[in-house]
Amino acid sequence: MTAWLTGIGGFVLHNLTRLGRANLFLLRLLGALRFLFRRPGLLIKQLYVVGVLSLPIILVSGLFVGMVLGLQGYANLVDFGATSSLGTVVALSLIREMGPVLTALLYAGRAGSALTAEIGLMKATEQLASMQMMAVDPFERVLAPRFLAGCLAVPILTGIFTAVGILGGYLVAVVQLGVDGGAFWAQMQAKVELFADVGNGVLIKSAVFGLLANWVALFEGYEALPTAEGVSLATTRTVVITSLAVLGWDFLLTALMFGVW
Amino acid sequence: MRDLSFHRGERLIFDRVNLDIPQGKVTAIMGPSGTGKTTLLQLISGQLRPEAGRVEVDGICVHALQRQELYQLRQRMGMLFQSGALFTDLSVFENVAFPLREHTRLPETLIRTLVLMKLEAVGLRGARDLMPAQLSGGMARRVALARAIALDPQMILYDEPFAGQDPISMAVLVKLIRTLNDALGLTSIIVSHDVKETAAIADYLYLISAGRVVEHGTPQELDCSASPWVDQFMHAHPDGPMSFHYPAPPYAADLLGETPA
Repeated sequence: MTAWLTGIGGFVLHNLTRLGRANLFLLRLLGALRFLFRRPGLLIKQLYVVGVLSLPIILVSGLFVGMVLGLQGYANLVDFGATSSLGTVVALSLIREMGPVLTALLYAGRAGSALTAEIGLMKATEQLASMQMMAVDPFERVLAPRFLAGCLAVPILTGIFTAVGILGGYLVAVVQLGVDGGAFWAQMQAKVELFADVGNGVLIKSAVFGLLANWVALFEGYEALPTAEGVSLATTRTVVITSLAVLGWDFLLTALMFGVW
Repeated sequence: MRDLSFHRGERLIFDRVNLDIPQGKVTAIMGPSGTGKTTLLQLISGQLRPEAGRVEVDGICVHALQRQELYQLRQRMGMLFQSGALFTDLSVFENVAFPLREHTRLPETLIRTLVLMKLEAVGLRGARDLMPAQLSGGMARRVALARAIALDPQMILYDEPFAGQDPISMAVLVKLIRTLNDALGLTSIIVSHDVKETAAIADYLYLISAGRVVEHGTPQELDCSASPWVDQFMHAHPDGPMSFHYPAPPYAADLLGETPA
């Protein structure tokens, strides 16, 4: 019985300490962002690595998610003769939920895991320590550019994912299933609000998710045990923790933004 | 270094250790594996803080410094890591240029000249376009050495420079460390357990074991030391005061399963 209680206590304490360290890590990271004013080249290189190189997976996934939404929406709406509001259904689901959430999950798998592995291996091979010995702060030179690049990339990728998704929905609904194209766009235009929907969903949600995903990825890499097993564990944890955090925060944010109470 | 104490977990690594490193000389710190020789270098360079005692470099107390001041001090220190710790995404040339680019605003032509001079000093001017993955272990260590001297430091710390080297690259490194020390007027600290090579170039030796300085003196003095421990270490006898066995319960009792868990 006591062993069981000690176990719980140890688990809670361990995770609280880790959370505290993660917060200190974030503070130091934010402080190091100033450095990028002096070295914007570092930021641009990382924007390419985490942003541009994530484009293929985002484009393909966005297209297919939009096409599936078009099909499912049509199958349900056709019974009520309401297929003219298909454009609204596709656009709102993508803008409010699917775009930000799926982009963040895909980003965690494509870029977040890579960031963790990269930082973890740099630590394991003493590259971070040797940088410190050369009086170069890895927070400024290595972590800050990756963090800011990731935080900028996720909202942009979300926007692209959503736009391509809507195109996918259009392809299926209008080109394939014969829904009226004018109604598709007109209904969408009438029902989708710029600030309430696009602002909340594509901008604010994805900004929060981007911060979470990059924070977790860099922290896990930086804290990884400098062994093969440690880096592999950290990479897995990045994907798991980011996914759970994104889904949890999505519920909170949805309740705040679109809640009915 | 005065009354230095340090723990790792439960283990006492250093117990009130006193060391003096003379300027302009090659000082070697030797001891069996696992005695915390690398930890000692991390304490000297301020990567770790001692629990008690002081580490002074050039009259400056290393662990009392703020990060900015510590980084200024480190620009006058070079460190050669056991693995070399080259940046795997940069070529040999860029690795050596890294500290110059980070800490100076020199024009590109001057950087090129400096880098080629440093590479020439370690005999690898022709390897400037290779990537670290294409280098042998000995070459990687020489590139790392060129990088460590890029900013013309006053002091270089060598972490196991000879570990895992073939006889030729070992001889090359031995000669390099000695000539660089004399030509550039450096203070060198070598941490190693390769007795023969280290004794050949060191001006002064410290032997540490179990958290204490066991013996110190010039290589000649230690070579004919009366202490049985020093004799065992310097002449590599497999058994002696340093037992072959890791502390364990009695053999027969252990095999019969009589030991308490």
